Amino acid sequence: MLYFSKTRIILISLISLLFIYVASSNFIKFDDNFFNKKINLGLDLQGGSYLLLEIDNDPIIIQKLQNTTSAIRNLLNDKKINFTDLKINEKNIFFNIKENNHERVKLLFSDENSEINPYFPQYKSHQFDLSTQGDEFKLEFSKYGIVDIKGSSQDQAIEIVRRRVDEVGTNEPNILKRGNNRILVELPGLDDPMRIKSLLGKTANLTFRFVTQNVNETFGVEKLFYEDNSDTALVNKRIILSGENLLDAQPQMNNQTNETVVSFTLDRVGAKRFGKATSTGIGKQLAIVLDGKIVSAPVIRDTIASGNGQISGNFTFQSATDLALLLRSGALPAPLNIIEERTVGPDLGQDSINAGIIALLIGFILVITFMFFRYKIFGLIANITLLVNLFLLVGILTLFEATLTLPGIAGIILTVGMAVDANVLIFERIKEECRNEKNNIIAFDTGYIKSRTAIIDANITTLIAAIILFFMGSGPIKGFSITLAVGIFTTLFSVYFIARLLTGLYVVKNKEKTNLI
Amino acid sequence: MINFNKFYKLFNLISLTLVLVSILLLLFKGLNLGVDFKGGTLIELRANSKQVGISSLRKSFNNMNLGDVNVKKFGDENDFLIKFEKKDINPNFIETIKKDLTKSIGNSYNFRRVENVGPKVSSELLKSGIIAIVMSLAAMLFYIWIRFEWQFSLGAILALFHDIIITLGFFSLFQLEINLSIVAAVLTIVGYSMNDTVVIFDRVRENLRKFSDIKIFELTNISINETLSRTIITSITTLLALVSIYIFGGEILKGFSLAMILGVIFGTYSSIYIANPILVKLRVSQKTILKEETN
Repeated sequence: MLYFSKTRIILISLISLLFIYVASSNFIKFDDNFFNKKINLGLDLQGGSYLLLEIDNDPIIIQKLQNTTSAIRNLLNDKKINFTDLKINEKNIFFNIKENNHERVKLLFSDENSEINPYFPQYKSHQFDLSTQGDEFKLEFSKYGIVDIKGSSQDQAIEIVRRRVDEVGTNEPNILKRGNNRILVELPGLDDPMRIKSLLGKTANLTFRFVTQNVNETFGVEKLFYEDNSDTALVNKRIILSGENLLDAQPQMNNQTNETVVSFTLDRVGAKRFGKATSTGIGKQLAIVLDGKIVSAPVIRDTIASGNGQISGNFTFQSATDLALLLRSGALPAPLNIIEERTVGPDLGQDSINAGIIALLIGFILVITFMFFRYKIFGLIANITLLVNLFLLVGILTLFEATLTLPGIAGIILTVGMAVDANVLIFERIKEECRNEKNNIIAFDTGYIKSRTAIIDANITTLIAAIILFFMGSGPIKGFSITLAVGIFTTLFSVYFIARLLTGLYVVKNKEKTNLI
Repeated sequence: MINFNKFYKLFNLISLTLVLVSILLLLFKGLNLGVDFKGGTLIELRANSKQVGISSLRKSFNNMNLGDVNVKKFGDENDFLIKFEKKDINPNFIETIKKDLTKSIGNSYNFRRVENVGPKVSSELLKSGIIAIVMSLAAMLFYIWIRFEWQFSLGAILALFHDIIITLGFFSLFQLEINLSIVAAVLTIVGYSMNDTVVIFDRVRENLRKFSDIKIFELTNISINETLSRTIITSITTLLALVSIYIFGGEILKGFSLAMILGVIFGTYSSIYIANPILVKLRVSQKTILKEETN
């Protein structure tokens, strides 16, 4: 058992050397291009912002219910089915049907190829679940209906968020989906996320609508506040133009008024509509409404057919730049709320790295000193093993470009303390065996064999804890669980290959010596 | 050979008292949950001039209408930790705070860290933290049950409960903050304490096979003694590493390493004085393990 073949010795040495090289590449710049991977530093170490955004899907759900309600109205009218009390609340659509039509209406909603209640061919479930109580029919979104809404709004939102973050130009942002209604934004190196937060906090739903005095307009009117909350105006609900028609938007200085404005360019459809609206509405006020507030409401003086226009509204250069950016990147499908925010300044991150490295060095020195005094030559073997183990651990983290966090560093230091356990178990066992067995080689072999189950069981328990942490933990804690888990494997490798190899070489040379350990 | 058996009664009584006191503390004093689990805002502030003191900060923050503000020193002379629970909807309230603060104490400070956790996220984090701990306990119970017998499994789990409850009781008594890293620490304690128990159990099982005529009462004592030097050495090296994190690893890791230090101490102790006495109480004998092996 203590004998290692030449090939194995070479293999073990090669693996160790490879990982020492890989691990060192984090600290020493090698000239060649053979290997250039590095451990990623977590936001808590390099500084940066972590934002968790939640999509507020309620407005979309209400909008969809409204659309379906008018579709139902049209469908039932088409089929000449009498209905009463068609209404919606936050989650459901209700309507009443006379008994003689119950079956027909049920069929309309439960048919596999129903147009009013789709999705069946795709999901084997309809968009809406239908339930009836007497004459009252109730529709609510099925599980898949909700999943579909959330999924598509998340897809749209993440795209818009990505565009906005990219426009600001931060360093390697990380934008990911979380669950079915959340978006995670990680911004390394950004220590003041204020601008990004205010950009992501706006839906940027832009509409051009006429200001009116007439309360009985056909499309209905609503009273809206100006941006500065100073005044209100009645605005027609009919949308002349929306942000979707914009091709481009840029901040600009208006030479005549010396005011900062946002100039925009419309697409063909938009330009046509804008031309028509400005020609028929000369003298009227056209309100530019952003997220339910009036930015400005200029009076139309001329027909604008070119598809170019300007938005004015007491902008500073910064706010005009931001508005242009928002308009270029498009509107979010629904409002986003920031439900979690963690920001670490770069100097704190650097302090954490320094403290972590000092703690690691001191912990390492304490442990190897203790081991040396306890086990002398075998302590030295355990210490060499521990050092290689550290290189293996850092090397594997580098190879997988894992993210190292502050708790992750703590995990490495803890590994230093716990990794010697396996060697201690073996050495103590060998000591016991040496009392009854005069042959050193047999005593060492038995020691290795008899300690094995305890070592395996003991390491598996820690591994179980690490795996659970990995799946339940977030961010920095995940980093801890990764180093802990990888540390277990590297420990087992280094103990059973490196330490055993060194022990074997030493024991075979000193097989006659008494009190070897 | 040390006769651990002599002290069973005494230490069991001490353990029982500690566990009961901890439970009472947890019930009546409760835990000091940090922003991770309670929601709210945490700001780590570094003052760049000696003029900014804890009292002036407290005064400025109290004037900002943020509700209950907690200001305390954090490590270095000029570092402070400010916590408040205001559930603010305005996403730019950090900016507002900076402006207000500059007005009252000047601009010789900077925010080194800002954490803001909404109520929804904090309750989710709390829930997943509790689930993680319960799951790890269940997984350990199951693993030991498979590898050993149910008597061993029960002993190990009771020892684990003992360690976790006393560690949390300590945090409750001194009102130390419970945050995400403490959950990580608790889970690592679970792993460590289990690790320690398993090594002794492994020896108990081996000795059970070897000796049919020694009573479990003495057999556990023999096994504990045989593994004692390993138990002590490993807890020393682990504690050396942890103390190094506690002293040199910076303020953020203090709670984590303290919890781990307590866990390692109690985990080592409980393997000897909780897990093994339970094997004795359950009258584990050679038959217990042989029965299983012939199946």
